[in-house]
Amino acid sequence: MKRHLLEAADLDRDDATLVLDTAAQIDAALAGREVKKLPTLRGRTVVNLFYEDSTRTRISFELAAKRLSADVINFSAKGSSVSKGESLKDTALTLEAMGSDAIVVRHSASGAPHRLANWVQGSVVNAGDGTHEHPTQALLDAYTIRRRLGRLDGVRVVVVGDVLHSRVARSNVWLLTTLGAQVTLVAPPTLLPVGVGSWPVEVSYDLDAVLPKADAVMMLRVQAERMNASFFPSAREYSRRYGLDAVRMAALSDDAIVMHPGPMNRGMEIAADVADSVRSTIVEQVGNGVSVRMAVLYLLLGGNA
Amino acid sequence: MAGSPEPPAGRASTPGVLLAPADVARVVDRMAHQLIEKAGESLADLVLVGIPTRGAPLARRLAARVAAFSGTAVDTGTVDITLYRDDLRLRGVRALEDTVLPDAGIDGRLVVLVDDVLFSGRSVRAALDALRDLGRPRAVQLAVLVDRGHRELPIRADYVGKNVPTSRAQKVRVHLAETDGTDEVVVVEQ
Amino acid sequence: MTTLIKGARVLGGEPADLLLKDGRVAAVGGRLSVPGATVVDADGLVALPGLVDLHTHLREPGREDAETVETGSRAAALGGFTAVHAMANTDPVADTAGVVEQVWRLGQEAGLVDVVPVGAVTVGLRGERLAELGAMADSAARVRVFSDDGHCVADPALMRRALEYVKAFDGVVAQHAEEPRLTVGAQMNEGDRSARLGLTGWPAAAEEAVIARDVLLAQHVGARLHVCHVSTAGSVELLRWAKSRGVQVTAEVTPHHLLLTEACAESYDPVFKVNPPLRTDEDVHALRAGLADGTIDAVATDHAPHAVEDKESEWAQARPGMLGLEQALSVVLEALVEPGLLDWAGVADRMSVRPAAIGRLDGHGRPLAPGEPANLLLLDPAARATVDPAALASRSRNSPYAGRELPGRVVATFLRGEATVLDGKAVK
Repeated sequence: MKRHLLEAADLDRDDATLVLDTAAQIDAALAGREVKKLPTLRGRTVVNLFYEDSTRTRISFELAAKRLSADVINFSAKGSSVSKGESLKDTALTLEAMGSDAIVVRHSASGAPHRLANWVQGSVVNAGDGTHEHPTQALLDAYTIRRRLGRLDGVRVVVVGDVLHSRVARSNVWLLTTLGAQVTLVAPPTLLPVGVGSWPVEVSYDLDAVLPKADAVMMLRVQAERMNASFFPSAREYSRRYGLDAVRMAALSDDAIVMHPGPMNRGMEIAADVADSVRSTIVEQVGNGVSVRMAVLYLLLGGNA
Repeated sequence: MAGSPEPPAGRASTPGVLLAPADVARVVDRMAHQLIEKAGESLADLVLVGIPTRGAPLARRLAARVAAFSGTAVDTGTVDITLYRDDLRLRGVRALEDTVLPDAGIDGRLVVLVDDVLFSGRSVRAALDALRDLGRPRAVQLAVLVDRGHRELPIRADYVGKNVPTSRAQKVRVHLAETDGTDEVVVVEQ
Repeated sequence: MTTLIKGARVLGGEPADLLLKDGRVAAVGGRLSVPGATVVDADGLVALPGLVDLHTHLREPGREDAETVETGSRAAALGGFTAVHAMANTDPVADTAGVVEQVWRLGQEAGLVDVVPVGAVTVGLRGERLAELGAMADSAARVRVFSDDGHCVADPALMRRALEYVKAFDGVVAQHAEEPRLTVGAQMNEGDRSARLGLTGWPAAAEEAVIARDVLLAQHVGARLHVCHVSTAGSVELLRWAKSRGVQVTAEVTPHHLLLTEACAESYDPVFKVNPPLRTDEDVHALRAGLADGTIDAVATDHAPHAVEDKESEWAQARPGMLGLEQALSVVLEALVEPGLLDWAGVADRMSVRPAAIGRLDGHGRPLAPGEPANLLLLDPAARATVDPAALASRSRNSPYAGRELPGRVVATFLRGEATVLDGKAVK
């Protein structure tokens, strides 16, 4: 593993597999235990530096670090020196001067974790940067697929929704294809980036045409406000053409699973009965997120002094 | 605990094969007999927990021999200690291995940790920490195929296959059929 | 003050001596001997007319922490320039006779290059109503180039009026061609890389659409149009087409668009963030070809100094723009001269003669012949140097060429016979 986890595109097959295998071992080691805590990162300090509100991702990283006995500091940009105009660099150097060993960063600007990595000595973990990447989400998605379906090689994954603005979609495209899965992106053409043709994926505008062949369907969150910028005419039309409801779910093969990175817009991209069905891995994904993030923190921080 | 005294430090063994395949089998058999003798009535409560990598197959072999000699089936398990090591920063991260406990767990039972080589004692310390998080055994004992001395912690083995005086510069390599294709203990100069 | 330059290769030709006297070239010939003259040994050096930049941001008034007229003038002189056009997006905006005269006067005081102010087209660069273009033209600064650079004059009716209005004083509108509705939040060239990097795309069409519209307007009203920092292959094609139809259009390209590509964005280092953005390899090649065949008239630096805090940040938060004055000639050597696309006469034409003509600067872009103003530079074409931002004369450090080895070194620059640079160092 490298010193930082900045993007899924950085991970080769061996690295990615190591993370998933480590997460599986951690899961097994902690299964059924009363004491869900390991001493591995005792004395290490992990800073959650969150420039965007994301309670679920922050909690997941916090839990992962705490289960490895690291000290965790949550630094939210709101109400801090950042809101008084402190630069990202000054904030990072301040945190490091206080002894942080790793910075987990969530930021609205694509590439912010890459900038941080140039400025600090410790490890940087990208917890979502702008519309670029969210590598631990992709790792937990890959982990979830592997647990449910037993493999990733040759698995057909359909990613549906706002690919243009989705860091989750980007990370999944790179990670899943690295791990041998076949990815199909489905979206209205307005929500696919110009340049998507160079990605190692198939692209379709027709959800109904691809569902019968899917092993996993990953629904992306779609913000209703996008219709104000004419990405689609109305929430209703979007939902009709690209939403996953019970009728569409019936077209899936028996073993196919339905995924969502959360938070969901029930009734928009996913119907409530689909989200709560036995195919849905949505709750499982949340739990797997902690294990995968423990694996990442262990692999990045465990070895280097 | 009346453990086996560790071999004197600083006296090197002659490099070469210390235990041939037949010797390994004989040593394991003797350890199995000692376990049966010492456990007495507790034999049914016994759990042999191997420390990966080579402690795991060693624990299964010991269990098989105990069962063969005593007619009592013995539970086995493995406990990966990587996440409990205090020397990760020196050694670098490594892939994790399985932690598997018997369905009946380890609470109230006699756990014997099994490892191939006893050296500084740090692996055993990590294993004891891991066991503490996994349950509350009635007692914990330690069985090792080779004790090579140079302890850095107040830890002694209860069952020792062979005491081997070594210098720090020497390495003791244990090979087992399950992991390495052959049974053998070799002393090599670094 | 009399200076005798010994053995310079004028436009790369045979070595000759040049006598500079009273601000003019007094004589050009073999083995001149003038008692009392200061002798400058130019053995192996190429003499070119002093360079003219149509597009410089000097930041004064308003952001003197990033650059001043004086520091920018020094950077320009070191780059071989004898005249620079100072863009209007200062604070306050150069949209009145008062501000352009202030900038002009500061340039005179610095005395290192002729600082020629550009006037804003619209009040406050807001694109709503025309600034007092005539007052700026009539001022001491004698403004002939008008631009809202940094902003596009997007309203087609307003652009038409501006093109028409400046005809009265032989002015030209220099358009920053960017359809703003197509570049909301844009961060880099739109394409494969922007898709992967998650940076909002700046489509080539946003530039090309405005150029297409403006050349049609310029033709319709019979006005001069100048297009700033052309960055795409499509723009070159449109310009070629417009020129073939007789439209009075000229265009410039920046050094960075001739050398760097969008691949630089991979680092997320905002030193490579610029507007218009760095484009693809194909665009770079089309721009070089367009400059070589004259479709693009001039190299203009778009020298854009920024304080450290405006660049040492996240990509999206950083201000666009990069330094250019001190490396412009070296980049042209690297991108065009060394590959054989442009000879020394071509360099003089694109970096001095034509930009001076576009800006209507009588005293610049003249041949190095007796009686002409003594504005020239001496270049060592064999020298190579690695760019060190800390060693630049600009007050800012945002050079995209940091650490890059480039050919050519400006050894001396003369403004009306006075040395502004000697031995590669600024005289004052």
